[in-house]
Amino acid sequence: MSTVAGSLRPRLGRRALDRTWSLVVSSPPATAGLVLLLFFLGLAIAGTVMHAQAYDQSLIDRLDSPGTAGHVLGTDTLGRDVLARIMVAVRISLEIGAAAVAIAGTVGVAIGMAAGYFGGWIDDVLMRISDAVLAIPIVLLALSVLAVVGGGMRNLIFVIAFTQWMTYARTARAETLSLREQDFVRAARAIGSRSGRILRRHILPHLLPSAIALATLNVSVAILLEAGLSYLGLGVQPPDPSLGSMLSEGRQYIYRADWLAIYPGLALLLLVLAINLLGDGLSAYLDPRARRRAAELKPL
Amino acid sequence: MQRYLVRRLVQGIAVLWLLTVIVFVISHLSGNPVDLLLPQGATQSQRTAMIHELGLDRPLPVQYAKFVSRAVQGDFGQSIRFHASAMSLVLSHMPASIELAFASLFLAVVVGIPLGTVAALYRGRPLDYAATTVLTVGQAVPSFWLAILLILWLGVDLRWLPIGGRSGFESLIMPSLTLAVIPLVTIARITRSSVGSVLPQDYVRTAEAKGLRRRTVLRRHVLRNGLLPVVTVGGIAMGGLLSGAVITEQIFTWPGIGWLTIQAIEARDYAVVQAVTLITAAIIVGLNLIVDFAYFALDPRIRDAQTVPA
Repeated sequence: MSTVAGSLRPRLGRRALDRTWSLVVSSPPATAGLVLLLFFLGLAIAGTVMHAQAYDQSLIDRLDSPGTAGHVLGTDTLGRDVLARIMVAVRISLEIGAAAVAIAGTVGVAIGMAAGYFGGWIDDVLMRISDAVLAIPIVLLALSVLAVVGGGMRNLIFVIAFTQWMTYARTARAETLSLREQDFVRAARAIGSRSGRILRRHILPHLLPSAIALATLNVSVAILLEAGLSYLGLGVQPPDPSLGSMLSEGRQYIYRADWLAIYPGLALLLLVLAINLLGDGLSAYLDPRARRRAAELKPL
Repeated sequence: MQRYLVRRLVQGIAVLWLLTVIVFVISHLSGNPVDLLLPQGATQSQRTAMIHELGLDRPLPVQYAKFVSRAVQGDFGQSIRFHASAMSLVLSHMPASIELAFASLFLAVVVGIPLGTVAALYRGRPLDYAATTVLTVGQAVPSFWLAILLILWLGVDLRWLPIGGRSGFESLIMPSLTLAVIPLVTIARITRSSVGSVLPQDYVRTAEAKGLRRRTVLRRHVLRNGLLPVVTVGGIAMGGLLSGAVITEQIFTWPGIGWLTIQAIEARDYAVVQAVTLITAAIIVGLNLIVDFAYFALDPRIRDAQTVPA
């Protein structure tokens, strides 16, 4: 079937389609993750329609329990619909996660390539900086930076990216070290290609599969960190909803309104699970070694 | 081998030095502490006097040198919130965090290693799938949500356990369960893959062929080799546990250094934040070194090979 469809499509498109299909076939968990993630994307898009309900306060409807007319998952302490807030919060989480990972991945891969390719003191300096940032506990690092620059979406994205670039740098460096000695790189150097061109055309393409696998898994790490920082009040600022700040409210009202703690957490669990399943499948498919690297500890 | 260890030691010191630079820069970006220290309505001359007294009018390199020489002696300045030296505050909150970290690591090891071993022994069979599923879900559970669910169930509904504070063994249960999940998942995963890679080795087949009991083969040959990577992970986990318990400690109002950090950040108490950051980072660098050295001690292949382990 794919060959029939493929003959009608541009070559690159067909390859991408075939690859996706073979990934889906080879890994049922990855398929489950993909389906669940698509569901959350749909939820996030639908959330833009529910925008008003997520922000409109109503003191009459405070702390309605789930199932109350018009509020499937109940309302929060300001009478806002919990489902609508979860939908908007999922969109914000995904946006922050994707943006942070894009920045961290780009910077990390660039630093790793430079360290691996040029070696010497450049390598030493870049890797020791990476070690130093790695030694600072992530939450502590993010907290102290956020306390200085203040919360909000943009700062949050940069701070999360700042806590993540090291993994890409280490991976890219290790791979660049071995690629540097390959014949096609030597050949490129021999015909006089400049370093920038070699890095871009001959080394970067080989680094992308593992970087993409790592990036997918890191989206969930970023989302968990965002939720954790928002739980502490230093992340997404009110009135914007975040799964983390919703949980923090749930902790406060635990005796009166347990749904405030249960549903945002469940949404966060399923969202992270979906990304992890897809990421694990991608890692095994694109780069079996990435899995072990990504399994670094990130307790909150 | 000695050259490698010396190199690692030098690297560790370089990392610590870089850390002081990072912390110094961050704290300088955070603005002038004088405005926090002086009462409202202080005159400009009082301001200038205080700036001079704190040495903030000196050139940055001089300030940095002073900061480092004091930090090396364990002097991070005074806490403006708790009116005590930052170092003594961190030290007095450290035992609570260490207690929590050890309890969590104990849980993670006691559950994680058998779980990973069983999954490896039954690879590809229902028991493996069950274990892997539990681990995959466990990895996705947000720790603070788990904490809230535990509070809701064991604290509010059943009223079995206190929902916060540090008062004996009972108060330790929920926070350590919460914190144990992530290292447990990691340890079990590493155990599964590592034991799985040892099982098909020739020496395991030899041990089985010469008629050793299954249990003996497992203990002497499989686990002794398969658990080496777990040492690394355990060491990293310990570092993470000591420092990464910020949110868990906050939820359970557990008076460790994580809780102290939140208090300090809310009060803009930068001396304490600096002290916590540098001390925990130093502990992590130290733990990483110990893990490296332990590898040499435990694995004769690395000890004798004179090469750098990957």
